[in-house]
Amino acid sequence: MAEQLRLEHVSKSFGDLPVLRGIDLALEEHEVVCLIGASGSGKSTLLRCVNLLEPVDEGRILLRGEEVTAPGVDVNRTRRRIGIVFQAFNLFPHMTVLDNVTLGPRKALRQSRAEAETQGRELLGRFGLADRARDYPDRLSGGQQQRVAIVRALAMRPELLLLDEVTSALDPELVAEVLNVIRELAAGGMTMLIATHEMGFARDIAARVCFLDDGSILEQGPPEQIFSAPREPRTQQFLQRIIEAGRL
Amino acid sequence: MALREDERAGSRIAGRASRTFGRGTAGRSLLLASLSTVVFFGVVVILVVNSPGWEDVKAAFFYGPEFRESFPDILEKFWTNVKLFLLAEVFILVWGLVLAVLRSLQGPVFFPLRLLSAAYTDVFRGIPTILLIFLLGFGVPALQISGVPKSQFFWATVSLVLVYSAYVAEVYRAGIDSVHPSQEAAARSLGLNRFQSLRYVVLPQAIRRVVPPLLNDFIGLQKDTALVALLGVVEAFRQSQIEVAGSFNYTPYVATAIIFLVLTIPLTRLTDYLIARERRQRR
Repeated sequence: MAEQLRLEHVSKSFGDLPVLRGIDLALEEHEVVCLIGASGSGKSTLLRCVNLLEPVDEGRILLRGEEVTAPGVDVNRTRRRIGIVFQAFNLFPHMTVLDNVTLGPRKALRQSRAEAETQGRELLGRFGLADRARDYPDRLSGGQQQRVAIVRALAMRPELLLLDEVTSALDPELVAEVLNVIRELAAGGMTMLIATHEMGFARDIAARVCFLDDGSILEQGPPEQIFSAPREPRTQQFLQRIIEAGRL
Repeated sequence: MALREDERAGSRIAGRASRTFGRGTAGRSLLLASLSTVVFFGVVVILVVNSPGWEDVKAAFFYGPEFRESFPDILEKFWTNVKLFLLAEVFILVWGLVLAVLRSLQGPVFFPLRLLSAAYTDVFRGIPTILLIFLLGFGVPALQISGVPKSQFFWATVSLVLVYSAYVAEVYRAGIDSVHPSQEAAARSLGLNRFQSLRYVVLPQAIRRVVPPLLNDFIGLQKDTALVALLGVVEAFRQSQIEVAGSFNYTPYVATAIIFLVLTIPLTRLTDYLIARERRQRR
């Protein structure tokens, strides 16, 4: 199997505040990796760095062996290969669902409107959103909006999908529909790096779980090991709090 | 008495009673508002009409025959104002947007452009409009450079464009700043470049939000077209001055004011309506 993504000693600070401290991480093609950890541990920043929305201070990021953090690399071209879905959906409120989904293919990939819309409708249909194509995002439920955001990312046919706590802003009864979409993508072989607070979901879907603590990957391994027999005291503490909150 | 009956009904059917009670209050409010308005304006009219100088003022400012005679000429010259503000507004909207976009460019490379844009708005918002009209309207034609227009109308338009584009640029900039950065992040994450993100995601949302303040500035521009009279351009205000000089009666000024109001008041109402609608939608 080919290596899809590799992070080498990636560090990032916001001003004086270190957010990532020397992250090393690699993903195989078709692999699903979940990042867990407390709020502020650096999960979101890590994903934003991979998508080059945040410049890294030190270290390298390689996409299929090609360094994308090197100076002179076309960031727009790199971003077209990586999809990201945000916690707050970030749909474009002034566009219909279909325009949201086709904007990237039309403008960044220079597809014709007809071609982009055919593909967009097909994707929307696959995720149960066919009848919402002409609606504006504010007419949709949170779960539907997040599914549209996922479709918008998929419309670019990315090699890698980054999911940043995509269910955290949803009402509890809407979480399942979004998680099912992600399960479907995993079954279809999509390579994914997922920051999540849904431990049960992480245990089901991930080939590997990484525990982030204060900007470092403190522990990683198969979910059975991380959730049943965590080695690090900080991981045990974190999971203990999750269990007490009834979330595992 | 009616109120007590409502209250008794209220103890039986709470919802219906509150509606009945609400209707009664609204009726009473309307009555009170009408009454206080009539009384207030009645007092004002009585005070003005009984003032010692009222007969003189009436003859000088509200003289019917003079009004009828001057009105058509002033209205005809008002077309000059209309042409002026329509033409100027087109350039103001485009040039103001360019300035705002230049100012919002990020990154050290664009520092000179940001600086120029900031300096431009500082200068042209800081100069009294009337001074700029004088400086350009009399100064530039006096240079007698061949090929440079000498038309007073031309330089009046240029002056208004320079001043108003500075204000309008700030309005656009406020709109651009009001679009959450996550919108641009989402656009960039799809691989759109900086310009495409601005063009398709940020500006459409920004401009929609600033339509009311843009209309406000447009109203201001309409009124300021009267300033070009000082260059000798014969528009509505200049025409009313000519009429006044001929008859020694000030009624033409009132006629001009009415012509301006007929245009600006509907636009003001529209602006208020759009602001109220925007507020409702945001909620």
